[in-house]
Amino acid sequence: MSLPPFQTVLEEYREDVLRFLIANVGRNEADDVFQETFLAARRAYPRLRSADNLRGWLLKIAHNKAIDAHRARKRAPVPAEHVDPGATDARPDPPDDALWNAVRTLPERQRTAVILRFTFDLAYRDMGQVMESSEEAARRNVFEGLRKLREVYA
Amino acid sequence: MTTEIEQALERVGPVDAGAAQERFLRRAIEEGLVDVAYAPVDSPVGELVAAVTPRGLVRLAYEDGRGDAVLSELAARVSPRVIEAPARLDGVRRQLDEYFEGRRTTFELGIDWTLARGFTRRVLQSTASVPFGELATYREVASGAGNEAAVRAAGNALGANPMPIVVPCHRVVRTGGGLGGYTGGVERKEYLLSLEGALPG
Repeated sequence: MSLPPFQTVLEEYREDVLRFLIANVGRNEADDVFQETFLAARRAYPRLRSADNLRGWLLKIAHNKAIDAHRARKRAPVPAEHVDPGATDARPDPPDDALWNAVRTLPERQRTAVILRFTFDLAYRDMGQVMESSEEAARRNVFEGLRKLREVYA
Repeated sequence: MTTEIEQALERVGPVDAGAAQERFLRRAIEEGLVDVAYAPVDSPVGELVAAVTPRGLVRLAYEDGRGDAVLSELAARVSPRVIEAPARLDGVRRQLDEYFEGRRTTFELGIDWTLARGFTRRVLQSTASVPFGELATYREVASGAGNEAAVRAAGNALGANPMPIVVPCHRVVRTGGGLGGYTGGVERKEYLLSLEGALPG
């Protein structure tokens, strides 16, 4: 078994990873978490046993790094005056701001589950692989997440 | 309602992953996290692919549409952490430019011999000492590798040279004066030898 060059993996999945992170942590933080994700992936890469599901493997790392980012932000909220107003102007948020903000307030597993299900159109079985949970748990997380989004977004 | 939410969740907006990748690569390189760095290098004998490890030059290949195969081989035989990092190849590129402009006769590069093993490595190391503008025979490099009789094996070893031009297998020719083969095609061998003023006959 041999792994493809890391550069190939990076080029093939960079867009999926960044899309997942924009959805998960928001546009302002997605870039930093992208760096963390690929630095961690690069470290672990030579020990990977199979190249069969590189996308799932990267999304799993991105999921964990997104959790770290959410926790770090809770510990250290950015004072309002330090927020760079230019940052949001230069990179406009997606059209459905309110919805995405609601997604980001979901518990971490529900958040990732909802994104994997609807943004990525992943099957429950494949979601379980990314989130290291059962198919049933993935299904429940999507259901719970959607229920909360409906409350907020209604 | 649910459907509307589900549809909205499909829209993430623009995703500029190219820029994010560039920042990742810069950081990986700054932090020394690259096992194999590669980049394309232009030359008068066609596009080359050059790759270095922390130990030195590990591969120089004629691209000839085989770039992907070259990277796969590096991933399999050196390390899968293969990353495009042109800045890491600046020294190699500069020395190659100087060589092709006729301003350099020896390469001062560290060499990582990982891709050449055993007899092949010894043949190539013996070949590396053939000076600019001079010729050696297959028998001579076989002898330099410790087995004068292994002329054919020496030819095979040169054909498997992971660093043509820098390890000058083009300077090795047949005993009778024939050019012999070359990993990048015999026209390139002629070009390099005429560049060095060493084309026989």
